[in-house]
Amino acid sequence: MSTRRPNIFLERETYRRRRVLDAARLLPVLGAALLALPLLWPQQGEAGALPMSLVTIYYFTVWALLILCVFIFGRTTRKWDAGAEPRPPRAAPQPGDPRGR
Amino acid sequence: MDALSILVAVCLAYVIVLFAVAFLAEQMAGQGRGQWLRSPLIYTLSLSIYCTGWTFYGAVGYAARSGLEFITIYLGPTLVMIGWWWGLRKLVRIGRSQRVTSIADLLASRYGKSNLLAIGVTILAVISVTPYIALQLQSITLSFSIFADAGASHGGGANPAMMPPDNSAFLVAVGLAIFAILFGTRNLDANERHHGVVTAVALEAVVKLVALLAVGIFVVWGLGGGLSETLARVDASEIGTWQVHGGRWTAITLLAAAAVVCLPRMFQVMVVENDDERHLRTAAWAFPLYLLLMSLFVVPIAVVGLDLLPDGSNPDLFVLSLPLMAGEDGLAMLAFLGGFSSATSMVIVAAMALSIMVSNHLVMPLYLSTKWGKGAMAAGDVRHVVLLVRRVSIGVIMALGYFYFDLSGDGTALAAIGLIAFAGIAQILPALVGGLFWRGATRIGALSGLSVGFALWVYTSLLPGIGPQGLIPAGIMENGLLGLAWLKPHALFGIEGMDPIVHTVLWSLLLNTAAFIAMSLLSFPSPLERLQGAQFVHVFDRSVGPRGWTGSLAQSEDLVIMAQRILGPDRAQALFQREARRQGARGNLPEPTPEFLDRLERELSGSIGTATAHAMIVQIVGGETVSVEDLMAVADESAQLLEYSTQLETKSAELTRTAAQLREANDKLTQISLQKDSFLSQVSHELRTPMTSIRAFSEILRDTERLGEEEKSRYAGIIHAEAIRLTRLLDDLLDLSVLENGQVSLNRRSASLSEVLDRAVASALAGAERPIRVDRRPREEAVEIHTDLDRLAQVFINLIGNAQKYCVSDAPRLTIRVRGMGDRLAVDFVDNGTGVPREARALVFEKFARVGGDKAGGAGLGLAICREIMDRLGGDITYLDGHQGGAFRVLLPAQQAMAAQ
Repeated sequence: MSTRRPNIFLERETYRRRRVLDAARLLPVLGAALLALPLLWPQQGEAGALPMSLVTIYYFTVWALLILCVFIFGRTTRKWDAGAEPRPPRAAPQPGDPRGR
Repeated sequence: MDALSILVAVCLAYVIVLFAVAFLAEQMAGQGRGQWLRSPLIYTLSLSIYCTGWTFYGAVGYAARSGLEFITIYLGPTLVMIGWWWGLRKLVRIGRSQRVTSIADLLASRYGKSNLLAIGVTILAVISVTPYIALQLQSITLSFSIFADAGASHGGGANPAMMPPDNSAFLVAVGLAIFAILFGTRNLDANERHHGVVTAVALEAVVKLVALLAVGIFVVWGLGGGLSETLARVDASEIGTWQVHGGRWTAITLLAAAAVVCLPRMFQVMVVENDDERHLRTAAWAFPLYLLLMSLFVVPIAVVGLDLLPDGSNPDLFVLSLPLMAGEDGLAMLAFLGGFSSATSMVIVAAMALSIMVSNHLVMPLYLSTKWGKGAMAAGDVRHVVLLVRRVSIGVIMALGYFYFDLSGDGTALAAIGLIAFAGIAQILPALVGGLFWRGATRIGALSGLSVGFALWVYTSLLPGIGPQGLIPAGIMENGLLGLAWLKPHALFGIEGMDPIVHTVLWSLLLNTAAFIAMSLLSFPSPLERLQGAQFVHVFDRSVGPRGWTGSLAQSEDLVIMAQRILGPDRAQALFQREARRQGARGNLPEPTPEFLDRLERELSGSIGTATAHAMIVQIVGGETVSVEDLMAVADESAQLLEYSTQLETKSAELTRTAAQLREANDKLTQISLQKDSFLSQVSHELRTPMTSIRAFSEILRDTERLGEEEKSRYAGIIHAEAIRLTRLLDDLLDLSVLENGQVSLNRRSASLSEVLDRAVASALAGAERPIRVDRRPREEAVEIHTDLDRLAQVFINLIGNAQKYCVSDAPRLTIRVRGMGDRLAVDFVDNGTGVPREARALVFEKFARVGGDKAGGAGLGLAICREIMDRLGGDITYLDGHQGGAFRVLLPAQQAMAAQ
């Protein structure tokens, strides 16, 4: 029983990693969609044209949110380095750690 | 001291500080100290050369003219950076693993180390970056001029001789060239890393960010009266309502996204100068953040400038003129330094990157192919030549930039030239993206796409954009080339009214991509190209290099000599010794194994570019072979695995089959041995019964004294009968063994079936007390047969004899019928007795099988012999079910039964 539990844990972790990577791939698409959205808003000469300050604030908010997302993604993946990209081991492998982390 | 003199002094001091920083950084890197030089922070800051003088000054002007559109210049790179995981990460990994020295080198390497492609990209880059360099010179000159104006108004009485703008641009160009030469061509580093330049650029990045933020804060809180007031001012201004041109918005975002990867200077700092792939992780959020901060105050500065400055002031210089107007000379100086930093860092890195491309792809291949170059290779140090070429290239590029500046004057808005340059460099994008993600992309495709895109860009954007009127005659602009209306530079294919930049981007990138894809699909790549393609596209899956070299030991010495000339003696010796140790060779010369040649090529390409390094090794080693095995190894390892596992599967199936066969054979042997045992015991038993009786009666004859003659003859008769039975048994056994061993020789003759039956009936019933009545049909029996007649008769005799012996009926009768069964002839023997019990029918043809006890004294071998005979004759004998009495069918093969008619 004690040998099976880490496996389940690992599976779940791998699954989570895949989904995080999916999200990272989709982030530019989301970003492009959000940044293109104001193109559809009412403009100068149309009824209910928006003031410049509002659009500016929208853009900088979306921009900041995207940066925050990438920052969080970077923080999340930083811990994976050893697992995701195998590099030549510098020292003898730690005997007590079967997961290689 | 007037403002201008102070300005020049500050500039000089700043440049000296930059020199000092670059020098110190080089020193530290050379001594292996200064880990912070390789930190993600420095990497991110060095990326900020994306923000040039155009950005620093021009963004405000752009915002003053077109509102929020300027932001697209930053949004494109942001989108690229936040998708770093599947885009830039791959690019950087490839750049590092292939030791790429420039964007041209990357494309050349991807498309089969083709120098032609590298030349094309280099020319494209030089043509599109030169205006950009001119733009930086212009921005510096403009900023000088505004200080001069301010100085003139402060000091009273202008002094035109003090500030000739042309002269200042020239001096700046010379100064920048010197800086770039000093720190960009110090050495031929393995991966073209220039710590000095990168560190200076990082410092400049800080200066320009601080300067712009300071001006922004001063404008919002000093001049604008706080955040909410400034926002109100924004809404009240002439750009106060949301206004956007969707086509331009999309096109410029796309161009900016392409530029951040394709611009030679961006490629230089992002890929070539990259020390550690993980720095991207930080840069992915830090660089967009930097861009955000750079553009945060652009709109407020533009709006406040439009509000407070007199009409007709150049919006491109609001960043400077606002602090000057407010009398904040210190802040204005900082802003000037920020703009100066932006321009100089861009120019230095761009000139450096371009000089590497020019020297590696244009000059060095030419030089090495001349007699002079070949002589130098044999006798001199090529490194000096390379460095000299780079220095001259930097000078030439700066001169080109200066002449362009001189030519175009300062009438055009900064942003327009910048966008033209972006559109030119974006032509690389299809070949680059295709090369990274599509294995089917070929050299021909890349060349076609680049040519088409380049031509369209020159025709629709560059030529009309140069100078105040453009270089294309008005007639062509109005009526199209050769008078063809669909060739009008701003309305290709008859589509009028498009914004020029959208028009250029749409047609050039569309047709570029179309040509690239179509020609890639139609052409067939060389093996080396396919190998490189597989390596690029699958860079994360494998790290094996292409092993295409073949060499011999005699060439190792030539290789050392060549490597020394390019890498320098120390590095070359160290490399060869390390390699020799790795191979376990005794001397200092390693074997030119494919692996070693590959490593050497990469090492060299770090100094002189992929294509040139490749060509030089080819010169010495004399060619390469990319075998089918190599392609298999790199491109289709999985296929090999599959094949291997199939082989294993086949083998294992074979083993299983053999094991089954062995088991079967073993079973048969065991069975045969059992059969033999039981046969022996049966034979012994059969022999014993008559023997016992013979022994008993012969003992009686011997031991009994008074025996009557009658008794004697009766006993002798019994002994005789038993002896006959014994003999018959032995005869039968002998017969059976002969038949079973196949030693019998058949004596084939032809006769009528009825004759054989006649004989058999006569001989079987001879001497019978009460012969069975035989029912035959002579007409059926008139069939000619060709077989061993005696053996066949033996079978018939046996069957008739059996009927005679076993038929228990008051009026025993045997019916013999002959009928054709397709290609066989059947002879049925049916009697009217009780027949063979159902359970015994399977056994009647076995040896020693007797039904209902030993009534008639047979040995039980008769039917077994019959079956053996019929086997030999190619026929069969079976028991016929479905009859009341005993019924047997003898089958004769057709070729033995010939119609008698």
